[in-house]
Amino acid sequence: MLDAIDRRIINELQGGVPLSHAPYAECAARLGLSEDELLARLGALLKSGALTRFGPLFNVDRMGGRFCLCAMAVPEARWDEVVAAVNAFAEVAHNYRREHALNMWFVLAVETPHGIAAARAAIARATGLEVHLFPKLREFFIDFRVSA
Amino acid sequence: MTTVTPALDAIDRRIVAATQGGLPLTPHPYAAIAADLGFDEAEVITRMGRMLAGGQIRRIGAVPNHYLCGMTANGMTVWDVDDAQIERLGGQVGALEFVTHCYERPRAPPLWPYNLFAMVHGANRAEVFDKTERIKALLGASCRASDILFSTEILKKTGLRIGAG
Repeated sequence: MLDAIDRRIINELQGGVPLSHAPYAECAARLGLSEDELLARLGALLKSGALTRFGPLFNVDRMGGRFCLCAMAVPEARWDEVVAAVNAFAEVAHNYRREHALNMWFVLAVETPHGIAAARAAIARATGLEVHLFPKLREFFIDFRVSA
Repeated sequence: MTTVTPALDAIDRRIVAATQGGLPLTPHPYAAIAADLGFDEAEVITRMGRMLAGGQIRRIGAVPNHYLCGMTANGMTVWDVDDAQIERLGGQVGALEFVTHCYERPRAPPLWPYNLFAMVHGANRAEVFDKTERIKALLGASCRASDILFSTEILKKTGLRIGAG
């Protein structure tokens, strides 16, 4: 589905988009494309879902907010209902099903440090299930870059 | 958890709210954001530059969807590592080129004995297993137990949602 130019766009534009008057023109020049072609391809990559977003990636920790990884052991018979209940919380940014007794893993993103405890309590109340918190104690490395 | 740095001011927060869904795909995206907010382009560029320097913005660019980019296997590898060794070994695991996130997190015994989390992506599960073997070799006797939790479904992925404040 992705051609060689799409892959170069994804691989080379995961950072470093300039804060300037014509950033797409500058990025296009780096890639040997025209500005129009780059804009058209970014639009298509967003539309197809290959890119979830094109723009700034914020670090909520540095904005006074918090992220916290959480997990729940959801009974299979209640799966759909619990997915709907958990996803309905705006604080739930990502949610994945994983193969383990703890089968639902999600990330809470909140704007204040005390927001994690409040969201945890609200989700526990809404689902009747325990919400395990796995806050990061130390970050060894983060590289959000992906090779396409 | 990490330390709190000074909160953004109201104008910064409006810029965050206006850009968290992505930049406009127009030749002058910062000017377009500025026009929507009633500022000039220089104000938006200056403030976003400050947030980039301050770490509130990690980077500006493409945010790929691993699955649709062919990296369909996503294994959260988890390890019970000797606390006395985790700082040294965590740094080594995090430096592996195929590890995209690496954190120390609290254990939750007896259900959850693991304190090191390393996210490994691959084109298929075999590739993730191969990469996981390299982590296992690196940790050696300092690791008491491990597991790989493959994700089988994305249930939600919206990214950050912050209000304009």
